[in-house]
Amino acid sequence: MNIVVCVKQVPEPTGTNRIDPKSLRILREGVDSVLDPADEFSIEAALQIQEANPGTNVVVVSMGPDRALEAIRRGLAMGANKGVLVSDANLAGSDALTTAKVLAAAIKRENPDLVLCATESSDAYTGMVPGGIAHHLGLPLLSYAKKLTLAGGKVQIERQTEAGFQRVEAQLPAVVTVTGSINTPRYPALKGIMQAKKKPVDQLTAADLGFSPEQVGEKGAKEKVLGWAPAEQRKAGTVIKDDGTAATQIADFLAQLKVI
Amino acid sequence: MAEHTAAKKPQMPSAFDLLNIESLLSEEERMVRDTVRRFVKERVNPVIGEHFEAGTFPRELIPEMAELGLLGMHLEGYGCAGLSAVSYGLACQELEAGDSGIRSFVSVQGSLAMFPIWAFGSEEQKQKWLPRMAKGEVIGCFGLTEPDHGSDPSGMLTNARRDGDSYVLNGSKMWITNGGVADLAVVWAKAEDGIRGFLVEKGTPGFSTSDIKHKLSLRASVTSELYFDDCRIPAENMLPNVKGMRGPLSCLNEARFGIAWGATGAHRACYEAALEYAQTRIQFGKPIGGFQLVQQKLAIMATEFVKAELLALQLGRLKDAGNIHPVQVSVAKRNNVREALKTAREARSILGANGITLEYPVSRHMNNLESVYTYEGTDDIHTLIIGQAITGISAFS
Repeated sequence: MNIVVCVKQVPEPTGTNRIDPKSLRILREGVDSVLDPADEFSIEAALQIQEANPGTNVVVVSMGPDRALEAIRRGLAMGANKGVLVSDANLAGSDALTTAKVLAAAIKRENPDLVLCATESSDAYTGMVPGGIAHHLGLPLLSYAKKLTLAGGKVQIERQTEAGFQRVEAQLPAVVTVTGSINTPRYPALKGIMQAKKKPVDQLTAADLGFSPEQVGEKGAKEKVLGWAPAEQRKAGTVIKDDGTAATQIADFLAQLKVI
Repeated sequence: MAEHTAAKKPQMPSAFDLLNIESLLSEEERMVRDTVRRFVKERVNPVIGEHFEAGTFPRELIPEMAELGLLGMHLEGYGCAGLSAVSYGLACQELEAGDSGIRSFVSVQGSLAMFPIWAFGSEEQKQKWLPRMAKGEVIGCFGLTEPDHGSDPSGMLTNARRDGDSYVLNGSKMWITNGGVADLAVVWAKAEDGIRGFLVEKGTPGFSTSDIKHKLSLRASVTSELYFDDCRIPAENMLPNVKGMRGPLSCLNEARFGIAWGATGAHRACYEAALEYAQTRIQFGKPIGGFQLVQQKLAIMATEFVKAELLALQLGRLKDAGNIHPVQVSVAKRNNVREALKTAREARSILGANGITLEYPVSRHMNNLESVYTYEGTDDIHTLIIGQAITGISAFS
């Protein structure tokens, strides 16, 4: 069985993204970059399937600059078997649709039974790439999995909803997006880190996947980011000074919110 | 995907990496460091204060540390990770940013108990013990120091008498980290042909331990006394491939290397706590970090921290090149522990009364560092080792 996990290197998510005012792209220079924490859940999900089904091959695939190799290596250190990095100056400025198209072409080469993605990346948050990949591969997409089981050539998930969950299944091969409640990702063991550098990583260009420079990057983009703005600051809270009635005031406030 | 190359202009360095040491580390080294840092943040930090107060070692973390590969991490083969010296050092730094007791546990297991078996043991001894020690199924300790022989270990009284197929051990060892929890003690004793290392299993008749109570330092670590009273062990439990003080001293050299790195972790944790406190604690209408006396303390801490890291890194590069001299380890151990201790004390003063509580890591590190200051070669002895190296005259023998 072949499992492909899509991963992305993102600026350290605890920081605030800095935006280049001219290109409106996220500035990645001089910023600590990490494997998107959201991707650790999909890698862990793949590794758990691998442990239960020996012989399963787990491949981590990413599109990004050369240094995104570090994110791939982290996946390899956790236990994945192989990495694929699509890296090419022509790809810079690609929109989500192009990203999905290129990733789908890279994923197809791995002949996957299952493709796992996070629901969205922790930097750009478009959430469109997994759907695009499923479209280009012609595969079903099971989204927002908080539980994933494989049996009889099918994948079944519990899809997180606000009220509870839906149970959904699809014939393999399929694309599944997983949420952060699906598992607790492991730490890469030190031995895994040492082995990671010996594991194979295919480095591909857009041309290797059959794309011309016009089809990808800024030239191929069909959508355009018009602007970024910071979230509206929350209004300052109310300070209650205790003159003996503070407890009542707080209780009244909470009652008004219908929380008590 | 969006990639952008900004015009090159000098960037303000991070408060924790003033000299961009990050750029001197390989990808693998950074991954090891980040992994151990996260483990410490998520698993050690939440529980360590309670353990320190209770005077208990967090045994529940042993399986997790083993799974991560921390036990014997710098050794090759036998289930060990085979890290480079710099990666091993970085891991020690992160562990000690949590607590010296955690780093001590890992140092003792890897450098003092597993290392002598790995370096001087027979193939049978290695096969028998190392994989289980890497998995944390067997905990080791290292018995060298005695009640009356600390800085002068060659004067040890513990002896091993050959009797047929056995050795009979008599004597006692003091200040033994992990002693009371250890399944296997690596004990150095005087035999007929000189100082030898012996593997003594827990439960061997004539071998007993008692834990040292009422410690005010390294409270989240077990420290014990070992007693050998006609303790008979099979002759094949002797480490065959080393004789004399070279055995225990080469182990200490491994462990001191880890300490030189580890101390920078405690150093950073204290500096970090002081910096954050100084930026948020308001007195006289402004953060106390805005006052010159406090700023001076912070600036010295930051500078000494980065100097200590550079020293540790160069030590690691020398070790990885297979070209490290024990006196170089002394330079780093002495400097880095001494400076970490100074920073801990200064940090305590910045935190005021808050600094003495377990809510902040500062006093805990400060008290721990008092032990680190004199264990594995006291500050004085390392000073004299350096003195001897540069003058050619020994001041202690």
